[in-house]
Amino acid sequence: MDRNQSRRQVAAMKQSLFDQGLLDEQFIQLEELQDDANPNFVEEIVTLHYRDSSRLITSIEQALKERNPLDFNKLDTLMHQFKGSSSSIGAKKVKAECNLFREYCRAGSAEGCMRSFQQLKREYAALRKKLEAYFQLARQAGPQETACRSK
Amino acid sequence: MDNGCFSSPRHDAFPAGLRVLVVDDDPTWLRILEKMLKKCLYEVTTCCLATEALKKLRERKDAYDIVISDVNMPDMDGFKLLEQVGLEMDLPVIMMSVDGETSRVMKGVQHGACDYLLKPIRMKELRNIWQHVFRKRMHEARDYESHEGFETLHLIMNGSDQSDDGNLFAVEEITSMKKRKDADNKHDDKELGDHSPTKKARVVWSVDLHQKFVKAVNQIGFDKVGPKKILDLMSVPWLTRENVASHLQKYRLYLSRLQKENEQKSSSSGIKHSDSPSKDTGSFSFLNTANNKQQNDVAIDSFSYSDGTSLLQMDGPSHESDLKGIVSEPTTEKRRTSTSDISDPKIPKSSQMTLNEPFASLESSEASHAVFDCTIPRQYSWSEFPKGPLKEEQKTIVQLEDSFSQLPLHGTQHHIQVDQSQSIASINSNPSITEKEVAPSIDTKPLYAGYKSDYMSPVSSIGSAVDTFPKQSKSVIVNDQSSQPIFTSNVSLKTQGFNVDCISDLDFYQMNLLMGGEAAASSPLEEDLNHFLLQSEWYNMNFGLQHIDMSEYYDPRFIAEAPSYFYDSADYSSVDQSLFIA
Repeated sequence: MDRNQSRRQVAAMKQSLFDQGLLDEQFIQLEELQDDANPNFVEEIVTLHYRDSSRLITSIEQALKERNPLDFNKLDTLMHQFKGSSSSIGAKKVKAECNLFREYCRAGSAEGCMRSFQQLKREYAALRKKLEAYFQLARQAGPQETACRSK
Repeated sequence: MDNGCFSSPRHDAFPAGLRVLVVDDDPTWLRILEKMLKKCLYEVTTCCLATEALKKLRERKDAYDIVISDVNMPDMDGFKLLEQVGLEMDLPVIMMSVDGETSRVMKGVQHGACDYLLKPIRMKELRNIWQHVFRKRMHEARDYESHEGFETLHLIMNGSDQSDDGNLFAVEEITSMKKRKDADNKHDDKELGDHSPTKKARVVWSVDLHQKFVKAVNQIGFDKVGPKKILDLMSVPWLTRENVASHLQKYRLYLSRLQKENEQKSSSSGIKHSDSPSKDTGSFSFLNTANNKQQNDVAIDSFSYSDGTSLLQMDGPSHESDLKGIVSEPTTEKRRTSTSDISDPKIPKSSQMTLNEPFASLESSEASHAVFDCTIPRQYSWSEFPKGPLKEEQKTIVQLEDSFSQLPLHGTQHHIQVDQSQSIASINSNPSITEKEVAPSIDTKPLYAGYKSDYMSPVSSIGSAVDTFPKQSKSVIVNDQSSQPIFTSNVSLKTQGFNVDCISDLDFYQMNLLMGGEAAASSPLEEDLNHFLLQSEWYNMNFGLQHIDMSEYYDPRFIAEAPSYFYDSADYSSVDQSLFIA
């Protein structure tokens, strides 16, 4: 019963992530890919994503510091990569922020870029935290049941 | 349906077992795609670098059925890769990106992508990629049928009426039959290609073939060259005038690109490696080709030197193809030793440039590029001669050994082991100058005396080398006029520590040639030899020209005998592969 309870909690948590618009269909795809051969596939992917995305965030921060003038092309390219990485785990809100950032890049708005980036970092951190809690709970709940469609 | 010849595990289970090559710089996506494709029961190979991918593709031309590649990659533009794969391997390529802008998708289609997927990619999209493979085979079979064996196809098709698989087999069988046939009979192949609207058969311009071509061009004289003349000289029965004409066009473009590049390089003090993707391609091709033994010995390696730093940056997309040729760093066997590279003293500017880079890495043996490593330790007979004593950094004269007498651009890795014994020091201890290469054995003696395949006759070989090598490395020289500037720029390019003195490489070369290599007898050969000898370096060694102030020296024309094409061809050395594919 503990088990069941845990599992329900996990499911609920996942559902809320979807409801809040933090995750999208891609996350479910990942879960569907998880199988006996790769029982921790989702976490593996998320970990890979963190590694790549942290690196990109650092690079973007660095680029934003070189302010005179801002290299919008470079920023756009970096953000493009970041967006790609975010799309791999289905980070919906983060992706939306990426798009916004790129808009500002194209418009050449340094101010817009800075603001957007701050927001992006917040979203990114928030999602990361929630996912970590989710995985922890999932691990505790025991072997994953098959992915359930939340939406 | 199972005609014995068709059955094979792959065939039986088609589309299962489809061999997919996935290229994406995003490690997360690479992993996801791998998993997805495996779930579709495909055989997956992953690559995070376009250059690596090309290398793999070139290593075994028929190891893959389809390629899936991301559009934005650091070392090479995805579209370029797409072009290359289409040209060289004629495989279906699917592009993917997180960016779905119509213009991008359009670009993909224009470059030949058979599909364009948007990230995030769904499994179901990947399940169906086999259709592209099948479609292509069908077209090929159709071509085959229409030209070769109407009956054959029907026979096969009819024979396998029991199942769809049978047809698949038939198609595949026909395709492979066709391919076999093609291999045997290029002419037929071409014909088929010509007639087929869907599949274009093309003549594969192998290194040998291209060398013959360059040789013919050089013999005729670049200015007076014409497809008919070349064809006659080449005496390759199955080759048609059209084949030659189109190849010639590519070649010309290639040369002019090299020239432009060289000019560009001269203006920029440093070689920017990680330049635009196009540049990458250039290097890219080199890299790849380097791995290919067949490819020209062009010191492509040097080009591809740094990831993305395509030294050779060719202007425009064509670079890649160009570089390809060059890159084909061919079989080290030859090249390397080819001190004969000298022949390319004129090392194409661009090639020089690349050399610089690579050399730098050579020193550090970075060869970060895996590809580079492949390059055979060639001697680089880069025509750059460092002015001063040959220092390792100076120059790895990249000798493009390949048949084209390409300057081994890569010099970086190969430390040319100069054969002390020779005054000229065959830079490479392997004097095995590739057959083709005419490694200009630099014999200080007659300038042109030893062209052919002497491999390292210093100086003299240069002249000859030039000749012998179909001048693949053309870039070098085209030089006539720019020789100087080229070097300079090259020198500056040399990141490695190349000596700027190399500027006079060309000069050096010239000097050497003129001097008959007397200077060659320089002592430091031993040590120098160990470095990558850029041609100049080599020269220094050989001629002891280290102190020579060659800057003025280089003058492509100086070699009286050196045919004018020599210089022109210098650029060719880098033979871009594209040239090979008529």
